[in-house]
Amino acid sequence: MDDLDQLEAQSIFILREAYRKLKPLAMLWSLGKDSNVMLWLARKAFLGRVPFPVMHVDTGKKFPEMYQFRDEYTKKWNLELLLGDCPPVEDIDPTLPPAARSAARKTAGLAAMIDKYKLAGVIAGIRRDEQATRAKERVFSPRGAGHKWDVRNQPPEFWDQYATPHEPGMHVRVHPLLSWREIDIWRYVEREGIPLVDLYFAKDGKRYRSLGDQDITSPVESNATTVAEVIAELETSRTSERAGRAMDHESEDAFERLRVAGYL
Amino acid sequence: MSTIPTPAPQEAATPIVIVGHVDHGKSTLIGRLLYDTDSLPDGRVAQIIESSKKRGLAVEWSFLLDSLQIERDQGVTVDSTRIPFRLGTRQFVIVDAPGHRQFLRNMITGAADAEAAVLVVDANEGAQEQTRRHAMLLRLIGIRHVIVLMNKVDILDYDQKKIEAAERDVTALLHQLEIEPTVFVPASAREGDNMASRSDRMPWYKGPTLTEALAAVPAPSSRADLPLRLPVQDVYRFDTKRIVVGRIERGRIRVGDEIVIGTQGARARIATIESWHTAPQVAAIAGQSVAVTLEPDVIPDRGDFLYPASAAPLRAARIRTRLFWLRQEPLRVGESFRLRLATAEHQVTVAAIDSVVRLEDLTEHPAEEVPPEGFAEITLAVSETMLFDPFVPGTSDGRGVLVDRNQQIVGGAPLIGVAESVAGRNAIHPTGSAVSLWDRARAKGHRGGVFWMTGLPGAGKSTLARGAETRLFSRGIDVSVLDGDTLRAGLCSDLGFSEADRRENVRRAAAVARILAESGQVVIVALISPTIADRELARQIVGEGFHEIFIDTPQATCEQRDPKGLYAAARAGKIEGFTGIDAPYEAPVSPDLRLETANVSSDETAARLAAFIGDEIRPDEAAQRQQS
Repeated sequence: MDDLDQLEAQSIFILREAYRKLKPLAMLWSLGKDSNVMLWLARKAFLGRVPFPVMHVDTGKKFPEMYQFRDEYTKKWNLELLLGDCPPVEDIDPTLPPAARSAARKTAGLAAMIDKYKLAGVIAGIRRDEQATRAKERVFSPRGAGHKWDVRNQPPEFWDQYATPHEPGMHVRVHPLLSWREIDIWRYVEREGIPLVDLYFAKDGKRYRSLGDQDITSPVESNATTVAEVIAELETSRTSERAGRAMDHESEDAFERLRVAGYL
Repeated sequence: MSTIPTPAPQEAATPIVIVGHVDHGKSTLIGRLLYDTDSLPDGRVAQIIESSKKRGLAVEWSFLLDSLQIERDQGVTVDSTRIPFRLGTRQFVIVDAPGHRQFLRNMITGAADAEAAVLVVDANEGAQEQTRRHAMLLRLIGIRHVIVLMNKVDILDYDQKKIEAAERDVTALLHQLEIEPTVFVPASAREGDNMASRSDRMPWYKGPTLTEALAAVPAPSSRADLPLRLPVQDVYRFDTKRIVVGRIERGRIRVGDEIVIGTQGARARIATIESWHTAPQVAAIAGQSVAVTLEPDVIPDRGDFLYPASAAPLRAARIRTRLFWLRQEPLRVGESFRLRLATAEHQVTVAAIDSVVRLEDLTEHPAEEVPPEGFAEITLAVSETMLFDPFVPGTSDGRGVLVDRNQQIVGGAPLIGVAESVAGRNAIHPTGSAVSLWDRARAKGHRGGVFWMTGLPGAGKSTLARGAETRLFSRGIDVSVLDGDTLRAGLCSDLGFSEADRRENVRRAAAVARILAESGQVVIVALISPTIADRELARQIVGEGFHEIFIDTPQATCEQRDPKGLYAAARAGKIEGFTGIDAPYEAPVSPDLRLETANVSSDETAARLAAFIGDEIRPDEAAQRQQS
């Protein structure tokens, strides 16, 4: 088994644990590369099916290409799609810096969906190498009432034994991609031939390395027009993946505050 | 079209855990290592410099890891972090584990899967409490490759004699734990000596630098050549097929292989290996998550092992295990948990605490309890026979976790093996009586025994116990009654009605009953003991001669009788956690005797009870048993 085989086997194990232990369960589908890989892994785990709904928490500000992609593959992959709206930015904590405040709309939209569908488990495609506070996450990350992440009091997690609390009002965030790195995602996309939104590939010397809302995401300089070229670019890159995500950089703790409140 | 070739398959990353006492320099070491080996993205280095400046510090490499706000402000690592890291073509994942002892559970979260460890010791201070604690943990989780980094040697002026003296102390400590350190590297993480490049300030040192020592860590050994262990994770029914899924922990499967399933021992053949978006598969090896169909189409349960008939796992209902205990309260004999082992879950009770490690000098001692975050060897009694393999370093399935009623993991348990079956064997070493049970039985004309009455409040336990006591006593039988209220008035007056206190109440009653029974008495215990686990605990403490008697009175009848006015009080909300009202009562499934009291006089029932006890304590059998 090479490293991708091992990551794949581990993610499949995690997805099957979630499906067995958390009901009702849903998977977040942000339409980005990570959540497409995650969806692909679910189909591997369940032999071509996705036996739970996928959720798109729609900020209304995604790129048009992303909405097209969503509609095309919902049909192609036979997905049960749940859509949720986000509240207007005026409803969000005004003490947050502007981009973080905008991003926090998604937290509120997600919380509403979790409550609406009374979800016990939400599968999300975050990775440890994206951002330092994500590096501290658990594979099964219990969220208390109000969906708060209790950073100081995370459960022990080892030997593939995951916490599955069942108090009312709690849910578990499941992170099957936690151990993957950005380059692993791309190498897996290459190996498996997983379709992605075109925005990831260079047009006029720029491409998106990470996709969020249009107004708070910027492209990076790049000439990579194929998956293989992206991989080659990443092997020499020295900037971080989320450099184009405004809310990560506004203040030292902006992203941590977002995550404690339930952001991904 | 691109001309860039697809990268060759890569080895999986080797996880390395960094452990050591607080302030001995773990985070600094990692930050420095990543910087020296050019492993940091541009943004990160700038961020660290900025953060350090803001706090009026020189460049603080540990900020790289201590990225959470609270950590930066307090200067401590609160949780483990994983950082991918490359040396040449080899991938590593560095796990940083915090040194503060109350964070042991975070450390184990990071360290549990590591292939090798770097134990950081301040050469100036030597091994400290957490050095010992972490070294103990390395032993328990079976990490075989331990690189000792003697840090801060700049403070010792790079002096060979002083550094080697510090090394000898650490060697002695590790030898006590049967850990043979792979190498000692004298270094200064802050100054960069012997990290990624050789220090010219210690020409006497001929060993590897830290990066050379890491590069020499052997790759994880393959588990594919061991006998098959495939724990069933789930069973799906898709279309018309029944599909068994799970991850192969040891060995390999091939279509056509004969396998045995779980404790029930059904046999089947691997009919197909199912997959999606891969070439058709006929075989799979340890580490792979697979989906198989079986022929015949038997239905295993989650937790069942699939294994070859020629190499079955061990089978036992009492298991010895090592333990690292993560709860903030001590662990005592008699507590019950779920033991999660791979995908299986078993109901277990702590039958004995065999020894506890004293962290001051790492020696093992008998003890009554395992202290918070302590290390021990214990015996678990399993509610039914289970299959398992003893833990071997390099494998992943012979180690379980203990889970409490709130689904929280409270301990890690690498299994040692089958426990010898001695009832009531305890961490204490009781002095054996010179008077044999047979002598006692002959003198008294009857055997001792424990008759444990369980039932709802108001079921009639105490009344019946006293009635039977009178009858037996009049026949010359040495009999006594331990009743709940009497115990709580004296022996257990320090206990309340929390779950833990109720269990302790049961434990004490059982322990006293055992002592009395061993001295030849007949003991009737009248205690609500509402849960199956409570009574199982009592049965394990008492051992042979335990009889469970269920006083089966409908709740309505109990409530109508309400001799102590307790139901009325509970209904009025004056008592919380009252069994039968807002706390559950689990009736025995197969008691040794069931007495229904609703339509029978209590005299008649007491007579039946006395007759049953009389039969059970007849001396002839006891005498035969003793003589044989």
